[in-house]
Amino acid sequence: MISRREFIQASLAASTILGGAGLSRWSRAMAQQSLTQDQLLDFDTFGNVTLIHITDIHAQVKPIWFREPEINLGVGEARGVPPHVVGKDFLEMFKIAPNTPEAYALTYENFTDLAKAYGRMGGMDRVATVVKSIRADRPEALLLDGGDTWHGSMVSLKTAGQDMVDIMNQLAPDAMTSHWEWTFGQDRVNEIVEGLPFAFLGANIFDAEWDEPAFEPYKIFERGGVRIAVIGQAFPYMPIANPKWMFPDYSFGIREERMQEVVDEVRGQGVDLVVCLSHNGFDVDRKMVSRVKGIDVILTGHTHDAVPEPVIVGETILIASGSNGKFVSRVDLDVREGRMMGFRHKLIPIFSDVIAPDADMAALIDGTRAPYKAELEEVIGQTESLLYRRGNFNGTWDDLICEAMLSERDAEIAMSPGVRWGTTLLPGDAITREDIHNATSMTYGACYRTEMTGETIRTILEDVADNIFNTDPYYQQGGDMVRIGGMGYAIDVSAPIGSRISNMTLLKDGSEIDPARSYVVAGWASVNEGTEGPQIWDVIESHIKKIGTVSLTPNTSVVVTGA
Amino acid sequence: MNLTRRTALGLALGGAAVAALPVPALANGAEAIAAFTGGATAGSGGITLTAPEIAENGNTVPVAVDAPGATAIAVFATGNPTPEVAVFTFGPAAGSQMASTRIRLSKTQDVVAVAKMADGSFVQASATVKVTIGGCGG
Repeated sequence: MISRREFIQASLAASTILGGAGLSRWSRAMAQQSLTQDQLLDFDTFGNVTLIHITDIHAQVKPIWFREPEINLGVGEARGVPPHVVGKDFLEMFKIAPNTPEAYALTYENFTDLAKAYGRMGGMDRVATVVKSIRADRPEALLLDGGDTWHGSMVSLKTAGQDMVDIMNQLAPDAMTSHWEWTFGQDRVNEIVEGLPFAFLGANIFDAEWDEPAFEPYKIFERGGVRIAVIGQAFPYMPIANPKWMFPDYSFGIREERMQEVVDEVRGQGVDLVVCLSHNGFDVDRKMVSRVKGIDVILTGHTHDAVPEPVIVGETILIASGSNGKFVSRVDLDVREGRMMGFRHKLIPIFSDVIAPDADMAALIDGTRAPYKAELEEVIGQTESLLYRRGNFNGTWDDLICEAMLSERDAEIAMSPGVRWGTTLLPGDAITREDIHNATSMTYGACYRTEMTGETIRTILEDVADNIFNTDPYYQQGGDMVRIGGMGYAIDVSAPIGSRISNMTLLKDGSEIDPARSYVVAGWASVNEGTEGPQIWDVIESHIKKIGTVSLTPNTSVVVTGA
Repeated sequence: MNLTRRTALGLALGGAAVAALPVPALANGAEAIAAFTGGATAGSGGITLTAPEIAENGNTVPVAVDAPGATAIAVFATGNPTPEVAVFTFGPAAGSQMASTRIRLSKTQDVVAVAKMADGSFVQASATVKVTIGGCGG
């Protein structure tokens, strides 16, 4: 008799072969300009349960460019394994030919040319088409949203997330979990959740005063004759990575023992399948499912990784579905006698020129944008440079943002947060107000100007670096390194906290940063209440209007070792 | 100057002793634990310490300890100026040997819980709690 473990491994092999064949088929088709929606959606229906996963949309409702990272270092046990594989290594690992549509969707090399050839990705109207098509095939499919849905655009900021709530209500997921949602404030979250026609799950969201569960931890669905428990796990480090004064009544945390308790509770109720809808981030989830027993499928979010095959940890499959509406994952499962016997998976790339927009959703999206259309589409300037953010260290968007802060706020050093959201612009693109918002939109965007000693700046760099490069994933918060303008430094990512950063240099005169001297620093996205300054998007807009055309020189001010 | 190995060791030792006097907190965690165990080595297992990996607020960090069969459990914040946080004692009528409280942590450090068992032996568990200025998530 075949054991469950062998079954899973056999399924994976089948999935790889199928996925591989599918990928090369559509890449040839694309090269011949004949890629079709049917090919993208082609899926040999399997088993009796279908999960659809989308995550980290960041309010990107229209098709976008999004360049995947060039540097995405893993440390400790995560070194060199997905998702910490980029570029050529990624293509080799997943047997993808260079310059194919999937190379464009999943990696960074030759991005500009491939983007021009294959077009923008995403768009919630295209996502709606994909979801409808899967539901036509498997009407009882579960649609699960991993969070970071309501935040990330000018319209979502102006409507306090209402545009995304309306769009998602029409897409009709069965459950969601949360992260940036909370930056609209706890009152707004509670107001929305009260009227939400689907479950808002977070087993790890606790009442801060009484340290008791505050939100629905899980929901049990009966689909295709199978009882499925979906457990939500919100972003664990809310009050640390984002302003805790915006949600003072709640506490988060990984709470591994709580997750085990909840899994045991639903298993005790005799469910056939346990799914965790998580916003922990990939490495945290990989560790959590190696320690918490009884989760069949973990749908991971937060770290924005698009991984074309499930990663198997023990008896759990880990699914990572990218960000910004670029991908939707379909996972078919064979669940019998209370056990997951096998799976089939496809990371569906949302090529916006190939997948037809769903008319109803397109109309709704345009309706949400209509009141702001002129403001959104106003051209502020042009770019000759590729503008992107994602990657462990400075991206070109952040170089531009730091330049704007140095100039507009008359600072010596600028700091820009290492968030992973923010879409891409190609050389030759116009920069609209909406584009600036896509890189900066938030409810705490004040651009402060202050003085910091060299020692304080070092402490900040060390602290943030440890949030990314601590070898224990449970101490990682999932962002990228804080971006610095006006200052260079060296970082040894393999060193412990306190000794990673060296050679801090003030770029304007090449002098070594003096720990005792005060420097004028501008930055944005402070988690402190009462931060003062103009909104960062206004600072950038003012800067771009002055320079007209953005042309950046490559930034070599950060020297990375120990990778 | 020509130092023999013996005088060098003596100097080093003298230096250590002098340094320890004005800053007693340096080795305080280990000393405080030794004072509770009477110098006995604590084993592991049979005690669960629950603490957050990263403190949401270093001024009030929830910790919980559970050691079935213990007669007393002591909690130490090894990096605090005063490492002794609390000693919970359990009489024979206690239904369970667990406790939870909130503690203040001055910086990133190990929190250690040591349980004295009914037979006089000790077990301990520790957890690193990071007190951070925060980063920015995805």
